[in-house]
Amino acid sequence: MNLAAELIGLEKHYDLGPVVVKALRGVTTQFAEGDFIAIMGASGSGKSTMLNLLGGLDRPTHGRYLLGGEDVSQLDDNELSQIRNKRIGFIFQSYNLIPQYTVLENIEVPLHYRPGYPAISAADRRWCAELASRVGLEDRLDHRPTQLSGGQQQRVAIARSMVNDPDIILADEPTGNLDTATEEEIMLLLHQLNREGRTIIMVTHEEPVALQARRRIIMKDGVIHKEDFGQHLPEEIAVQLPA
Amino acid sequence: MSRLFRTIQLGLKNLLLHKLRSALTMLGIVFGVFSVIAMLAIGEGASQQAQKQVLELGATNIIVISQKPAEGSKNNNANTSVLTYGLLRDDYRRIRETVNTIVDATPIREFSQPARYLHRNMDIRLVGCTANYYSVNHLKMQSGRFISDRDQEDTANVCVIGHEVAKTLFPGEEPRGKAVRIGQVFYSIVGVTDHRTASAAIGGSLSGQDYDKDIYIPLETLRARIGDEVMIVQAGSRSSEKVELSQITFRVGKAEDVVATANVIRETLAKYHADKQDVDLIVPLELLEQAEMLKRIFNLVLGSIALISLIVGGIGIMNIMLATVTERTREIGIRRALGAKQTDITQQFLTETSVLAGIGGLLGVGLGLSTPYAFAMIRWIAERAFLNQSSKSGSRMFEMFSGLEPVVSVWSLALAFGISVAIGIVFGIYPARSAARLDPIEALRHE
Repeated sequence: MNLAAELIGLEKHYDLGPVVVKALRGVTTQFAEGDFIAIMGASGSGKSTMLNLLGGLDRPTHGRYLLGGEDVSQLDDNELSQIRNKRIGFIFQSYNLIPQYTVLENIEVPLHYRPGYPAISAADRRWCAELASRVGLEDRLDHRPTQLSGGQQQRVAIARSMVNDPDIILADEPTGNLDTATEEEIMLLLHQLNREGRTIIMVTHEEPVALQARRRIIMKDGVIHKEDFGQHLPEEIAVQLPA
Repeated sequence: MSRLFRTIQLGLKNLLLHKLRSALTMLGIVFGVFSVIAMLAIGEGASQQAQKQVLELGATNIIVISQKPAEGSKNNNANTSVLTYGLLRDDYRRIRETVNTIVDATPIREFSQPARYLHRNMDIRLVGCTANYYSVNHLKMQSGRFISDRDQEDTANVCVIGHEVAKTLFPGEEPRGKAVRIGQVFYSIVGVTDHRTASAAIGGSLSGQDYDKDIYIPLETLRARIGDEVMIVQAGSRSSEKVELSQITFRVGKAEDVVATANVIRETLAKYHADKQDVDLIVPLELLEQAEMLKRIFNLVLGSIALISLIVGGIGIMNIMLATVTERTREIGIRRALGAKQTDITQQFLTETSVLAGIGGLLGVGLGLSTPYAFAMIRWIAERAFLNQSSKSGSRMFEMFSGLEPVVSVWSLALAFGISVAIGIVFGIYPARSAARLDPIEALRHE
């Protein structure tokens, strides 16, 4: 089994002056390549902190974070930026698209920050358009986020997360702002990505959504409280997925 | 290269997103650049005007003038007194004959007098001069001829009148062949000089001169008809002045001899005028150097004032950019999450301010190019607004003003544009750095 990521005794402390908040108190776990993991927990349990560390948005106070076998826990800001650019795909609860950009331009954003800053080629554009059509937005390329529904915006974000072919896709409450029908569409997309072999780590507090993952990690007080395996796909999704 | 192009494109796009805001911010820079260029152009114009006037005096000339001595040395008995001072015909002869670098010299005697023709009269400057006064002062004839050597020998009662004298005393008439009365004497007019813009005072040592209000007569005629003594009636008291020559202009053959010759003349005069201090020496070449220095000071002062407005424009940019950074915190967070480094963010915002300042600078340069037209327009308005109420001193000021042509030099355009871009960068650094230093996690959470 190849590991997409590995956490060894990960701790994160926030120094707030009079008090030091220990958001993570030693998390050790492994994420297998191609797995679909849901991280659950009450607010304050440390799940967001863990996602920030996994996404390279922050550095752990103690412990090691191995991404594809490489220790990225002590990289400087520039190196972390490159890790985020090349190896992590982000999907946020509030989509986080750039409002003044079109669908296509939003998908292109990570390409602007590739190492060496190569120009965006026609092939790059075709690739972005292909990603857009894969999430079902081929006829919305010139729309701006405000002209799209929540579900459509989240699809743009999913297309954007894949543009640099990342090792891990990190999804922070991806269906938190969506209605049930749209939630299903988005989950179907994530399942499809997962079937293609992508590792997905998703933070959620919705039980039905979490149950669709292959593995669940329940956080409590900055440590892993419980783990649970087994995928329970709703029938609507199961019939649409390739075997 | 493509990266820079991309960043500029991005900057433009963001600026176009808020057209009014960008335009207003830019306006500060536009007017800043414009005022820098305009101020430098006016400074340059003033200096060129001064240079031109100095050169009109002749770069190889040395001018010696009679000066009324200071109050203390005046013998002030009763209401009438004869004050004797100034250059002597002997001074002229001595210098002319002993200093061999001098190739030409023209002595004059001048004073103000009313001139009369029929019922019309006018205050003029009566100038007794020799034939070469014409070439030394670069005069031009409108009609007729100037005073000749023959007139000197004959002590002829002839005169040449200035452009404005002709207009005032002979409106719609041909002055030549008519006689103008000055004092008790009639002089027949043989020529009219062409219009010549009055010169402004230079460096305080030489008063401005309006050649259009002159009447020229042969020096020998003046000596014979009027003599050296002239009566001046002023504020109820009468005083007489006895002056042999008002001014002598020496022309030196070679420019490199001017300074040395001036020193010789100064020493020669000092021997005979030491106790009175009634003569002064003007060396246009020295004035030229003074004018150069004056220009530099002028440029510095005016330029600095204009620079302040440019800095104010820069503060405007900084203010708007700080607001923009707050407004776009979320976007910054997104970019950071998607792989933008701090330097990428800095660059993005810095490019935006530079593009803003650069475009503003270009517009300012365009506006700056119109300085001469703008100035001409202001002058046109001023001419109509103040023409009637111009007092004597006011009109002198006004002549200076109207003779001034702003000169927009290429270097001032480049300088103003360069400064505007530099200000864009300097005032953009702080907002750009504060944008880059935002914590990506915090920025993503920003509503």
